[in-house]
Amino acid sequence: MIQLEDLTKTFSTPNGPVVAADKVNMTVPTGEICVLLGPSGCGKTTALKMINRLIMPTSGRIYINGEDTTQLNKFELRRRIGYVIQQIGLFPNMTIEENICVVPKMLGWDAKKAKERAAELTDLVGLDPHQFLHRFPKELSGGQQQRIGVIRALAADPPVMLMDEPFGAIDPINREIIQNEFLKMQEVLKKTIIFVSHDIDEAVKMADKIAIFRGGKIEQYDSPSQVLAHPANPFVADFVGSDRTLKRLRLLTAVDVRDIDAPVASMQASVEEVLVSAKSHANRIVVLIDADRHPVAYVTADELSGATGVVSDFAHDLPTTVPVGADLRAVVSEMLSHDTMWITCVDERGHFAGVVTQPAVTAALGQKSSSVRDQATDARLANV
Amino acid sequence: MDILVFIQNNIWAIANMTMEHISVVGVAVGLAILTGVPLGIAITQNRVAADIVLYVASIVVTIPSIALFGLLIPVLSIINQGIGWLPAVIAILLYSQLPIIRNTYTAITNVDPALREAARGMGMTPFQRLLKVEIPIAIPVIMAGVRTAVVMNIGVAAIAAYIGAGGLGLLISRGISQTDPRQLIVGAVAVSLLAIVADWVLLKAQKFLTPAGLTR
Repeated sequence: MIQLEDLTKTFSTPNGPVVAADKVNMTVPTGEICVLLGPSGCGKTTALKMINRLIMPTSGRIYINGEDTTQLNKFELRRRIGYVIQQIGLFPNMTIEENICVVPKMLGWDAKKAKERAAELTDLVGLDPHQFLHRFPKELSGGQQQRIGVIRALAADPPVMLMDEPFGAIDPINREIIQNEFLKMQEVLKKTIIFVSHDIDEAVKMADKIAIFRGGKIEQYDSPSQVLAHPANPFVADFVGSDRTLKRLRLLTAVDVRDIDAPVASMQASVEEVLVSAKSHANRIVVLIDADRHPVAYVTADELSGATGVVSDFAHDLPTTVPVGADLRAVVSEMLSHDTMWITCVDERGHFAGVVTQPAVTAALGQKSSSVRDQATDARLANV
Repeated sequence: MDILVFIQNNIWAIANMTMEHISVVGVAVGLAILTGVPLGIAITQNRVAADIVLYVASIVVTIPSIALFGLLIPVLSIINQGIGWLPAVIAILLYSQLPIIRNTYTAITNVDPALREAARGMGMTPFQRLLKVEIPIAIPVIMAGVRTAVVMNIGVAAIAAYIGAGGLGLLISRGISQTDPRQLIVGAVAVSLLAIVADWVLLKAQKFLTPAGLTR
């Protein structure tokens, strides 16, 4: 857990004192990612760098897991905090292994343990230790270097990590991949992370909480969903963008809005029977499935009414299906590109897993604090 | 033909003078590294100090060597060393300061600020930062300064023959005073060859000392 208490930094400049951080108060619970977001010069980086005392606070207190860090020697403090920067900063004169072992060595680990740790971490980010540990940073691609930058910060297993726009210099495709890898790692590692970004999309994706800064002050500190749904003031609303409701699509997945009880029938079912279930459902369609529960086609109530026989005579091919784990942005995109009001979900084995309709998506976005993720956040907050 | 015969007859004397030459330049530049590199690192901490030190070092280089030897005679006569090996070493030590200090200063200040920030953020002390990151990265440029100093001062050491420091300059000075072109040519060629060989050896040393990660 990281707590900032009235953290203030005043720089003296020839034009008089400038307040870079003004009584910042926040608590980041253990295992969460908090993104500090804001335009340049808003004080987010200053706030971050005061935590490992790269910038000396003018006043205020910082607690890490309850311990007041003011009392600690700054070098000791920094060795206990993982630090990742945008420019990566791998030491070019050292091999990847030596880079990863820098902090463990300073902490007095024995060489064998440090090397094992380096191999373990390299493996964790999907790089082959035998192939990479003895290379030099120059011999790696930008994406590989940033992966090493992240695991170097994790080397001594610090409970807390500070990341200063860590993925800012990576091309968009690789950035997406590394962000996903990092989130997957975080699920296991459960570090307490403060992450500086100026990219609202990145913040929404990475954060458990977002702190929006302006002029050294926190304008809003809330879950991404809350920030997008209920910006605290016009500045926040403007900063997150007029498409903020669309951005919330990323926070929800098909699971959150699908109708798992949407009617299904087999290809051989009778028209009368299927018509009843189609009419019983708001969407007025029935998905047809094969013997293995794979969705194969659909029928509409309108076409079935007054007809007889088996439904397969009235079946239309399904335009497309989406995995239940897909975020709503992808789901809505599929709906729009296939010009349809609803879409069938499948689980990882391809079995029918419900139907997502546009009204259900709209309803979910319109709701105040209803997403699964929000409830989870609320529950965690209640426990703090 | 005369020249070859001269070399053959005086081979040991020439070898001896070459060793004297190397000892003057070697000792002086060695001491210059020991003083110039720390000084070059120290002045990275303070812009004003850096300007003053580099200015003074530049002025020293503008003093003609023969004048500098002359200036050193009364000073060193106090300890009965007015002429000979010691003033030659001191003069070359002074001349070597500029390339060594300036290259060290430039190399350290040009280390990527991101590396410095990463090193600080990881909890390295300033001394650890210097030892593990900044100096290794600065090595090629510092060594380039040492090479400049050596090549430049092999020439200066030849003039030191006039104040009794020995070395290959003796051949040149005798060649002039005795109007003996053989000695003059052998001396001049030997000094040039020594400079070329020294530069090549130091280049090898530079490559050897440069961390592998900077060159591969």
